[in-house]
Amino acid sequence: MSTSQQDLDAIVGQKYQHGFVTDIEADTVPPGLDEDVIRLISRKKGEPQFLLDWRLRAYRHWLGMATPDWAHLRIAPIDYQAISYYSAPKARADAPKSLDEVDPKLLATYEKLGVPLHERARLAGVAVDAVFDSVSVATTFKDRLAKAGVVFCPFSEAVKNHPELLERYLGTVVPYTDNFFATLNSAVFTDGSFVYVPKGVRCPMELSTYFRINAANTGQFERTLIVADEGSHVSYLEGCTAPMRDENQLHAAVVELVALGDAEIKYSTVQNWYPGDEQGRGGIYNFVTKRGECRGANSRISWTQVETGSAITWKYPSCVLTGDNSVGEFYSVALANHYQQADTGTKMIHIGRNTRSTIVSKGISAGKGQNTYRGLVKILPSAEGARNYTQCDSLLMGDTCGAHTFPYMEIRNPTAMVEHEATTSKIGDDQLFYCRSRGISEEDAVNMIVNGFCKVVFKELPMEFAVEAQNLLSVSLEGAVG
Amino acid sequence: MLSIRDLHARIGARNILKGVDLEVRPGEVHAIMGPNGSGKSTLASVLAGRAGYEVTHGTVEYLGLDLLAMEPEERARAGVFLAFQYPVEIPGVNNAYLLKAALNAIRRQRGEPEVDAFDFLSLIRDKMKLMQMDESFLSRGVNEGFSGGEKKRNEILQMAVLEPKLALLDETDSGLDIDALRVVANGVNSLRAPDRAIVLVTHYQRLLDYIEPDVVHVLSDGRILRSGDKSLALELEKRGYDWVRQEAAVA
Repeated sequence: MSTSQQDLDAIVGQKYQHGFVTDIEADTVPPGLDEDVIRLISRKKGEPQFLLDWRLRAYRHWLGMATPDWAHLRIAPIDYQAISYYSAPKARADAPKSLDEVDPKLLATYEKLGVPLHERARLAGVAVDAVFDSVSVATTFKDRLAKAGVVFCPFSEAVKNHPELLERYLGTVVPYTDNFFATLNSAVFTDGSFVYVPKGVRCPMELSTYFRINAANTGQFERTLIVADEGSHVSYLEGCTAPMRDENQLHAAVVELVALGDAEIKYSTVQNWYPGDEQGRGGIYNFVTKRGECRGANSRISWTQVETGSAITWKYPSCVLTGDNSVGEFYSVALANHYQQADTGTKMIHIGRNTRSTIVSKGISAGKGQNTYRGLVKILPSAEGARNYTQCDSLLMGDTCGAHTFPYMEIRNPTAMVEHEATTSKIGDDQLFYCRSRGISEEDAVNMIVNGFCKVVFKELPMEFAVEAQNLLSVSLEGAVG
Repeated sequence: MLSIRDLHARIGARNILKGVDLEVRPGEVHAIMGPNGSGKSTLASVLAGRAGYEVTHGTVEYLGLDLLAMEPEERARAGVFLAFQYPVEIPGVNNAYLLKAALNAIRRQRGEPEVDAFDFLSLIRDKMKLMQMDESFLSRGVNEGFSGGEKKRNEILQMAVLEPKLALLDETDSGLDIDALRVVANGVNSLRAPDRAIVLVTHYQRLLDYIEPDVVHVLSDGRILRSGDKSLALELEKRGYDWVRQEAAVA
């Protein structure tokens, strides 16, 4: 056990080293938000002046903003003064002490998803969360990245080690004035990830939040910034297929991507936060602003998302295609079961010449779920020869759910070519019977049909993720038919 | 193998089957013929377990099992196969994938080991040759964008792979040109076996030129009015169905 004890100490030590100072244990700020709280956050994190100023400007701007109400969502009012905006890592006195104390239902889900045993404890929030196996993995991983010159670290570490990069890129894609939730995030964000891939470097591996040492402490207001310098290439995976214990109801993250000339960023998300129970009680509100800018010529940004969790999802990963010949892509599977509500889609803003974008959205509604696709294709006068292809399909299961599609197009250049295809279908009794009459169980048949529907999106996911995503869909749809 | 006794079934308030009796033994090929709306397809659907049909009376015994009490997938795993009149498209679901899943579900039931992708591929390639199907079929979606003939060939391919004990073919000949009909018939004939029974539901005697039945039944207004050997089919071709109905009415 002594080795394990050492490992444990090592992790605890690392965690503190990555952004926290030892005296914070005592000072969790009381609920409420004002400039003093923001100053406190900034001071605790040892931030430079420019960052504090930026936070304060965001806060002052936010005070004059109202919660957006244009989405096809019913959202109970949120009391922003009831949230504590800074807290030390939880002492976790209330956390389960071992897997024996964890809800058996949750464990059954891990079993179905094939989550490795040593991972289950961490995900379930068991107090002793030493992830022994991943320590060595994470270390080798850091070595390889360092050799390639890739920076991949918690945001608060980047504040200390790479302030010049932050000052140059932070808020340049999602300005602090952008929207209610992004502005709030700009004022109060506490952590997240930072990635910088130097010129001409092809990142030697997929970057995954899974390997970030403090991933267990995913914040309520995360901020992620990824910069791919000229000619570089990076693939980033976010999230986890297994449901995680999480006490925060509101999540308002911001993700900014910057691709310089000839650079390529691939950003994949699998989001499976707690969706609430079968009666629609509880569940996470996920209000995320994700945007990438193809700043340089011939650059490419590709978003792939599989959204199965959260009670409410408000999310539009977008691409600003500034550089000539740049390419933006959005591939999405969004599922709304029980009382889940999803309003998601993308914006493709064509500015440069010969810019191209592809949108493939697959919405699945079951139970009393409401699924909305909302997309904007905007072609500016400067975007000579721009092209967009949009495909937007909805699959309905049962007759108490809903699918809605709001495609917006603003075309201001006559040379543009924009195509839009949309379908809505129901999982037919005929399809189910066909499969069953071949010996396949009803549940397997539903999975097969749904996975077939989502196939073009899953193809865009990294291999391992794609398999997990398929399992995740079937677990999320359990009991949706019959 | 299959004993149907006084089977009554309806859709909603409409009675379709009004007392069907049928006895099928292993190795036999039966043809059920009859005019439109006589209940042929309903009979096939009820036997396969399609929802929407209510059995109001009668029993169906299959290999000693109460067939009507079984779920559709249980029937399939017990060796019942229905070749659909209108095979369904399932976009994005790979043909080979569906068929492999089906085969393994049936093999599990039989207590046999599942086939892996490699064995499955060599198995299905053989059967595809028989059905004169192109290799590209393997990677296409289930019936997705298939022509009428391709869909029907696909049904018989599935039958060849799943090796049922009781095969119900629901108007498999409809919509086929003569060449496709030959291929399909050839496939079905190759599956004739002493332990396998085949029930063909058909409108025309044309199919029976290629698949020779042991017994021919005339189904009309929800009842089997007459049974005989293959000469009955030829007589029907010549004289139509009316005389059968008239004779039945007199009797």
